Amino acid sequence: MSDRTDRFEPKIVAFLCRWCSYAGADLAGVSRLSYPPNVIPIRVNCSGRVTAGIVLRALERGADGVLIGGCHPGDCHYVSGNYKARRRIALLRRALEESGIDPRRVRLEWISASEGMKFQRTIAAFTDEIRTVGRSPVPETTAEVGADAEG
Amino acid sequence: MPTPRIGVFVCHCGLNIERTVDTRAVAEALSRHPAVAHVADYDYMCSDPGQGLIREAIDAHRLTGVVVAACSPAMHEPTFRRAAEEAGLNPYLVEMANIREHCSWVHHDRAEATRKAIVITRTLVEKVKRNHPLEPVEIDHVDQCLVIGGGITGIQAALDVAESGFQVILVEKGPSLGGHMAQLSETFPTLDCSQCILTPKMVEAARHPNIRVMTYSEVVGVSGYVGNYVAKIRKNPTYVDPDKCNLCGECAVVCPQSVKSEFDRGLVERKAIYIPFQQAIPSSYTLDEDACLGIRPLRCSECAKVCEPGAIDFDMRPEIVEEEVAAIIVATGYELYSPTRLGEYGGGEIADVIDGLQFERILSASGPTGGAIRRPSDGRTPKRVVFVQCAGSRDPENHNAHCSRVCCMYTAKHALLYRHAVPDGEAVIFYIDIRAGGKGYEEFIQHATEDERILYLRGKAARVYRDGDRLVVWGVDTLSGRRIEIDADLVVLATSIEPHPSTAALAKALKIGCGSEGFLKEAHPKLRPVESLTAGIFVAGAGQGPKDIPDAVAQGSGAAAKAISLLARETLTHSPEVVTIDESVCGGCGVCVAMCPYSALSRNGAGVAECNEVLCEGCGTCVSACPTGAAQLRNMTDAQVRGMIEVALADV
Repeated sequence: MSDRTDRFEPKIVAFLCRWCSYAGADLAGVSRLSYPPNVIPIRVNCSGRVTAGIVLRALERGADGVLIGGCHPGDCHYVSGNYKARRRIALLRRALEESGIDPRRVRLEWISASEGMKFQRTIAAFTDEIRTVGRSPVPETTAEVGADAEG
Repeated sequence: MPTPRIGVFVCHCGLNIERTVDTRAVAEALSRHPAVAHVADYDYMCSDPGQGLIREAIDAHRLTGVVVAACSPAMHEPTFRRAAEEAGLNPYLVEMANIREHCSWVHHDRAEATRKAIVITRTLVEKVKRNHPLEPVEIDHVDQCLVIGGGITGIQAALDVAESGFQVILVEKGPSLGGHMAQLSETFPTLDCSQCILTPKMVEAARHPNIRVMTYSEVVGVSGYVGNYVAKIRKNPTYVDPDKCNLCGECAVVCPQSVKSEFDRGLVERKAIYIPFQQAIPSSYTLDEDACLGIRPLRCSECAKVCEPGAIDFDMRPEIVEEEVAAIIVATGYELYSPTRLGEYGGGEIADVIDGLQFERILSASGPTGGAIRRPSDGRTPKRVVFVQCAGSRDPENHNAHCSRVCCMYTAKHALLYRHAVPDGEAVIFYIDIRAGGKGYEEFIQHATEDERILYLRGKAARVYRDGDRLVVWGVDTLSGRRIEIDADLVVLATSIEPHPSTAALAKALKIGCGSEGFLKEAHPKLRPVESLTAGIFVAGAGQGPKDIPDAVAQGSGAAAKAISLLARETLTHSPEVVTIDESVCGGCGVCVAMCPYSALSRNGAGVAECNEVLCEGCGTCVSACPTGAAQLRNMTDAQVRGMIEVALADV
C-alpha cells in the first residue's frame, strides 16, 4: 500500500465482549474478511464492564478512537450489560463533546457472533471515520499524567 | 508479587499465521520484554510436541505465566491451560494472544500484521503479569436433564440420557410426541414407513421409568446456571384426563366445532376436541381451547355429556411447574416456509399448490385420503404432478439464502411413491442442483431419474398460475435454454426449512444464540456442534440447521452424550474468574447489589458488599457501577485493563 506512509494511521482500541463481538471478530477471521490493521482488540466479558474510566484512559494514552462491541439489545449473555453500556457510552459521548473532544472518537456497536461481515464493515468504517476526525488532541493536553503506578 | 517470568509461545499454525505474520520477529520482539523469561516459536503449538515445548519451558525456566500467541481463545484456551496444569503451572496463568483470527487471517501486509501481532501479544503479557493463580469453584448439581422438543431428535436424546440412569423431563409443545416425523409417509432412501419406526420410540420414551413426558407444555423461563438450572414449564390445560380417556372418540363425533387439522396440514378439518393421530402419545384426546365454543363460561359441553369415563374436566387451568435440571437439550425442530410467502407460485391461494408435508399426508396410509393420491380441490387423481424444489431456499434476494438439505431427497421419494400409486401418472421435477450427499442417497436419486415417467428439468420454476381450469407452471430448462410452460394437475412445493417459530423466544430465555437465519447457534461449527455457548445447554436436530432424520438422531445422541458426561460428574466446576470485593474499600452503597443480574451480590453483616462466587457469572456490570473500585473482576481488574491499554497504544 503505497499511500500508507503519508496517510494518518489512527490508533484504535476495541473492547469486544467475549460472547458476541469477539466471536464476530473470530468469524471475520475464519471467513478471511480483511480490514485495516489499526485496531487492537481487548477481550472483555461484557460491554457493560467497560467503564467510562477505561475509555477515558485509552483516549488519554493516545487512542484516536475507542470502539466498544457488545451483543445486540436483548441478546446480552449477561442479561442486560449491553443496555448499561448503551447508557454509559451515550453519557460519556456527551461529556466528551462538552470537553471539546469529538464524540465520534467513541463508538458503541452491536455485533453478534454471526456477524463477521458487520465486524469487518465496522472496523473499516470506524478507521475511516477516525482518519477524518484526525489525530487525538488528548495526549498532549494530559502529558503530565504519570505512568500507571498500580500493581 | 515476585518478578514475573512469562513464557511467550508463538505459533505458526502451519502457514495460517506464518504466511502473513513474521512469527520469528514476534518472538524476537517479545524476547526483549522485561517480564518475558523465555520465547519460542513452533509450527503447531497445539500439537503434542508443541504442548511439550510449553510444559518443558514452564519447568526449565520456572515460568510464572504463559502467553500462547496463536488462534482464538475460543479454540484452544482449554488445551493450553491443561498443558500448563500438567507442568504444574496454575491454568489461570495462561492467556492466548489471538494473532490468527484477529490478525493473520484478516490482514495482507506482512509488516503491518507483524506489528499488530506484537502489540496483541504484548497486551496479553501485560494481563498475565498480574493474573493470580485461581482454583475453580466446585458446585453440586442435580441429576435431572431437560429435553425441549418431542420430535425424533428430542426422543432420541431423552432415551439416551434416561438409559444412562438419569432422570429426564421431555417437554413437547404439541399434544403428542412425534414431531414432523409422525407426519411423513415413508422415509428416504430406504422407504421404510415413518410411523412404523417412530411410534415404538415414542412408546419407549413414554414408558421409560426415567422419563417424564410433558406434552402440551412449554418452557417459559430458565434461570440458574449449569448443573442447577431452574426451568419454568407451563402445562397448558388439555381439559381431558389422559388416564381416564379411553379413545372411544364419542366426544369428537358430537363436537360441533371444526378447525383445520394441523397434523394433516389443513387438508382436512378436525374437531375442537381431537387426537392428532391415532398413535399419539399420550393416547388421549385434547380439547383445543381456542377452537372450543367456550370453556369459561361453559356454553356447549356436548363432549362432556357423551364421555362415559368422565375424562373431560373444564376446570383444568394452566399450571406452572418449576423443575431443577443440570443440563438442557434444545431440540425444537423446524417449520416449513409459509407458502403464502411464495405468491409467485400461488402459495396459499391455489388449492392444488401444496407443500411437501401436505403431500406426505396425501401419500400416507393414515392420511386424509387413506393413501390414495387425490388433489385437494376436487379429489381427482392428478395425472401430472409438478414438483418445485428450492421453493424459498437458495434465493437470498427474495427468500432464504440457505439450502434446506432434504428437499432433493424427499422430492425424489415423492415422485417415486406417486409413480407407484399412479402407474399412468407423470412426475415433473424442477431442480437447480441435486444434492444427494448421504449414504445411499445418490443411488436413490439415480433410481428416480431412471423412471421413464419422472422428468427432471434443470431450472427454477418462475410462476404457477391458474388459467381457467388449467394449472400452469412456467419455467426455464437451463440445459436446453427453452422456456417451459407445462400443465399440472397438482403442484408440490419443496418449501424451505426454517427454525420453528418458537425458537427465537426460547433461545432468548435460555440465553443461547441464533445465527443469521434464525437457527440455534452451536459453540463451534465443526468441533462443538451440539453445544451452545452457554455451559450445560446443548442443541440438536433441525432447530440447529436443516437436516435429515439420520443426522437429527445422531445429533440427539451427541447432545445426550454431552449431557450425560456432565450429569455423571460428582461435582461441576464454575469459573473462578468472578468478582471480588475489597472490603477495605467498599463503602456499602449497595449500587452493585441492585445492578447484579444474577443476585450474586448482597450486603453482609458488616454493611459491605459480598459476592456469592457460585452465582456470579463474571460479567463485571458491578465493576463498572462501583464508585470506589472495590468490586473487581479476578484476573481482569481495572489495573490490568489499564495496563493492556497502555501497551496497546505504545509504539512498536
